[in-house]
This record gives sequence, C-alpha cells and structure tokens, in this order.
Amino acid sequence: MTVIPAAGTRNRSGLRAASARVPAAALLRRAGAAVVVLWGAVTITFAALHLIPGGIVDAIIGQSRVSPEIRAQIVKDYALDKPLYVQYAEYFGHLLRGDLGHSYNQGVPVATAIGQQAGSTFALLLGGIGFALVAAVVVAVATANRPRWIRGTAATAEIVSVAVPSFWLGILLLTVFSFQLHWFPAIGAGGLSGLVLPAIALGLAPAAMLSQVLRQGLERVLDEPFITTARARGVRSAGVLLRHALRHAVMPVITLTGWLIGAFVSGAVVIESVFSRQGLGQMTVAAIAQRDFPLVSAIVLISALVYVVVNFVVDAVYPLLDPRLRRPEAAAPRERSE
Amino acid sequence: MAPTVDGEARVRASWPVRGIRGSGLNLARWRPGVALSFAFIAVLILAALWPHLFSSTDPNAADIQHTLEAPSAQHWFGTDQNGRDIFARLVTGARLSLLIGLAASVLALVGGSLIGVLAAQGGRLVNTVVNRLLDIFLSIPGLLLVLLLIAVLGPGVRNAIIGLAVITTPGYARVVRGEVIRIRGAVHLEAARALGWSRPQVVVRHLVPNALGPVLVLATIGVGAAIGTGSSLSFLGLGPQAPTAEWGAMLSSSRAYFTVAWWPAIFPGLAITFTVLAITVAGQFLQLRVEGRTRS
Repeated sequence: MTVIPAAGTRNRSGLRAASARVPAAALLRRAGAAVVVLWGAVTITFAALHLIPGGIVDAIIGQSRVSPEIRAQIVKDYALDKPLYVQYAEYFGHLLRGDLGHSYNQGVPVATAIGQQAGSTFALLLGGIGFALVAAVVVAVATANRPRWIRGTAATAEIVSVAVPSFWLGILLLTVFSFQLHWFPAIGAGGLSGLVLPAIALGLAPAAMLSQVLRQGLERVLDEPFITTARARGVRSAGVLLRHALRHAVMPVITLTGWLIGAFVSGAVVIESVFSRQGLGQMTVAAIAQRDFPLVSAIVLISALVYVVVNFVVDAVYPLLDPRLRRPEAAAPRERSE
Repeated sequence: MAPTVDGEARVRASWPVRGIRGSGLNLARWRPGVALSFAFIAVLILAALWPHLFSSTDPNAADIQHTLEAPSAQHWFGTDQNGRDIFARLVTGARLSLLIGLAASVLALVGGSLIGVLAAQGGRLVNTVVNRLLDIFLSIPGLLLVLLLIAVLGPGVRNAIIGLAVITTPGYARVVRGEVIRIRGAVHLEAARALGWSRPQVVVRHLVPNALGPVLVLATIGVGAAIGTGSSLSFLGLGPQAPTAEWGAMLSSSRAYFTVAWWPAIFPGLAITFTVLAITVAGQFLQLRVEGRTRS
C-alpha cells in the first residue's frame, strides 16, 4: 500500500513527526471507508437483483432463451438454492475473483463485453475531460479580475452552458458541423476527428462549472498579500496568474472531483447515445432494454470502483499540493466543509 | 457561549435577513435576467396548470398530410414527423417536466431532511452509519444509479421520479445535517433561550427558518437539475413512453429527421434549456437573498 512511503516522504520534508503520521492514519481510515463504500455498492446491486419482479434466474438471463442445463448452471453458480447469506457470499466471492458474471443476451462473459467497449468510452471520457480542463483554465485565466462586462459575459455563458442539455448540444453540433459544414464526420464515426464533437458536447457543462469555480478562486487569491509581494518583485501579470495564483485556485476544483466523475460518466451514457458511438454507455442502455442485469450491475460496480479509487488518490495527493493541509486538524479537507 | 447584553439585538438582527418573511423581495434590485427567469417560470406554471390558455390544438392529433412542416402562422413551431403541432406538444410537455422535477425534488427534500436530522441528532454511531450510507449512494454516478433502478422497476414516469429522488436525496441529507449542527449551537439561539423564549418558539422562529431556508433554496435549483436529468432519461427512452408529449422524448424522436427538418429538434431543446436556466437563475437569486448578502 502507498500509505507508508507517503508518510516517509513527508517525514523527509522536514515536518514534525507527529503531524507527519496523521495523514498516514487519515489515509488508512480513508482506505477503510473506500472499502466500505465498495462493499455497499456490491450490496446495492445484490439487493437490486433480488428486488426484480419475477424469478432471479429470469432476471439474470434477461430476454435470451437458454436451455434448462444453463438454468441449472445459473442456480448453481449463484447458489440460488441455498440460503440468502450463502447467495450473498457467493455473489461477493465471484466479484472478488474478478468474475463479473455472464451476459446471456450477448452470449459472452460480462468482463469480455465490457473489455470490448471500454476503449471507446475511455477515449470519449479522456477527450471530454481534456476539453473541460483546457477550456476552464483558459476562460478563467482570461476573465479573472477583468472589467465587469467581460466577467459578466463569461458568467452568463457559463450558466447557459450548464443549463443546455448535453444531448441537445450534441444534436446541434452534429447539425452544424457535420451536416452543414462537413468539418467532422457524422454519427457513428470512430477515429480522432469523430471524437471532437462528442468530447465538446460531453465537456461543455463541466467546463463551465469548473471555470466558475476557478475564476472565483483566482479572484480570491489575487487579493492575497503574497500576490502583491510577487507583483512588487516585478513578476508580470501573466506570471502572477499562471505561476502563483492558479496553483491556489485549483484547490477548490479538486474537491469537486467526485461530482465531476459522476457528471462525466453519466454524461458519457447520453453522449454515446446521441452520437451512436460504440461504448459502455450505449451497451448499458441496450442492456436495460434487454433486461440484461449482469451487464448493468457490472457497469454500476465498475463506475463505483473508479469513483472510489480516484477519490482516494485525490485525497492522498491533496495534502501534497497544499502544505497547509498537512497539519493534523486539517487532514480531511472534504469533511471540513460539513 | 454565555448570553450577552446584545443578545436581543443579535436575535433581532439575525432573523429578518434570513427568514423568508423578512427577505422582502426588492424589485429595484432585480436584474433583468432574474425578472425574466421568474416570468418564464410563471408562464411554465400557467402552461402546466392550464395548457388551453396557450394552445387549443390537440398535442396528439396526427395529420399525415402535414408532416414535418416548417414553422408557420398556423403551426408556430412547425409539425413533427406525424404532423403533430410541436407548439401544442411543448405546452403539454411543460406539465410532465414540472411534475417530474417537483415530485422528485419534494421526495428527495423530505427524505433528505429526515435522514439529515437523524444524522445530526442521532449520536455518533448513527451519524457515522448514515454518512457511510450516503457515501455509498454518492459513489455511483447519478444517471447509472437511475438506470439500475429502472432495470429493476422498469421504465416510466413514476420510476423516473423515484430514481431522480434517490440520487438527489444524499445531497439534501448532507446539507440538512450540516445546517442543524451549525444552527444548534448558534449564538442567537442561545440568546433567544436565555431571553426566556420557549422551546417551540425557538424552534419555529429560529431553527426551522434557518435550517430550512438554505435547503429550500437548494431544492429550487434541484428542481431545474431534476428536469434536466429527467429529460435525458426520456431521451434515452426510459422515461414517459410514446406517444406522451415530453420534451426529451420529442428531441429523441427528432433525431431521425434533423437532416431535413431543424424545428423538431430546436424547440424542445430550447424549452429544456430555458426551463433549467430560469429555475437556476431564480434559485441562485433566492440563495443570495436567504444567505443575507446581495452583490453590489
């Protein structure tokens, strides 16, 4: 586990040993919390499987037709003839071994089906996140502490961008840039040029949200004495913004990580549908129509895993970025605001 | 903290600003965007309650002779692939969108408030357990949790509302919990108690308005967000089923035709955008009011 080396690094950085040990403990506590959250997510999908009206075997096979032998196999695999706690343990055991179950509609293991689609979704997420980050930083830096009308225009554009439904934005982008101007390939296209419009449609709302937070952060930081000091030392305006202020302004953005993961993953489901892109989102929506429960629950579990891991990493990195948080009383940044 | 001489002054100073009653909507301070937003919301509510005020056309009346007609004096927003009047369908769809947004938000608000108060007042163990449970629900991206619920319950308006309520409840629970904890120890509550106010008086005049104000405002903005997410569910075909006039569903069915006709895609999108926008702007305005600070 990374807990021990991380603590060691902090020790070497010259902090008091007592305060250096606290983040490690906090990290360990957070790792425990992360495990609890994952366990909860597994339990939710287990409960969902049992809440589906009709037989559980039918819920697992969905709309596909299977032989009685396979039915018997499912009963055996999920221990459906055993008491509930055995079923739960069995369900858990399969997941721990990395066995996500079998999609009977697709006739392949769930892990295989997901593996085939993950690349496309990953590219879309990467494109969307990249666009959102770049756009947010550019807009925030360009508009922070500017005349009222510039900030006002940016703020208005941001509120509108958050309100525009991403699926409509996708349709508009397709109409204008694919069908009218022919700049980008239309629906269903792969490749890098096919990624541009979906990435923009996915990333615009988060970008607007981020640039709002970033600009507020920048403007708050620019009032700080150390900025005046930097200016007095002759650092130019752009240097002050990029080198000194941005690092501080990024901090509130990091606390939004959890929200951002949710926004991007949820958004990807819709955007894939708009652009008829292959991917996990399309597959999930189709899986619901076909009542392919193993696939839906696996997608839910994987996104919970991503959420937990990313949040854990962010929590671990946070104090490294902001030395003020290494003090013991501030070891848990997210909980301070509660 | 010990009650001080200026306790009464603090008590007086604190509640007129925060209480809904004392916020005194000051028309002079309204910016045009805020006024427009409230006007649009008023129109939406009218359309939801009495659609006939705006359109007497049957939203589901198909007319094979006049499919995909461009906007005209007769059909303001044109007709769709079945020759149905898009304006009439938009007006009718307002009710469903508002219903989904409001019902989901009210459910989430009530559920979240109960959970939040429980967490705040229930002691350390309850607090920890509730917090972990909320973490678990927050770890699953909102739309995916709704999709899981729909996989269990099946598509439809009622299940969409339930799904939206489930994913927004943890947010309200967190805020209510924080507010109750914050207000419990506030100076003006201590002062009010020290001045001999009865417990019900303190609860009704201080605790409730102070705790509820921020949450209600959050819920206002939440209605807009729920309408947006709800429309994306319909867009995916998991909300209201055809031929119901619903904005997201209208957009979805317009996709097959948008190379030949732009109007079936443009107007429902504008309706969703303006609705979410108006509710967000109005909510943010109320937020500033309730927090007792307005921008100069």
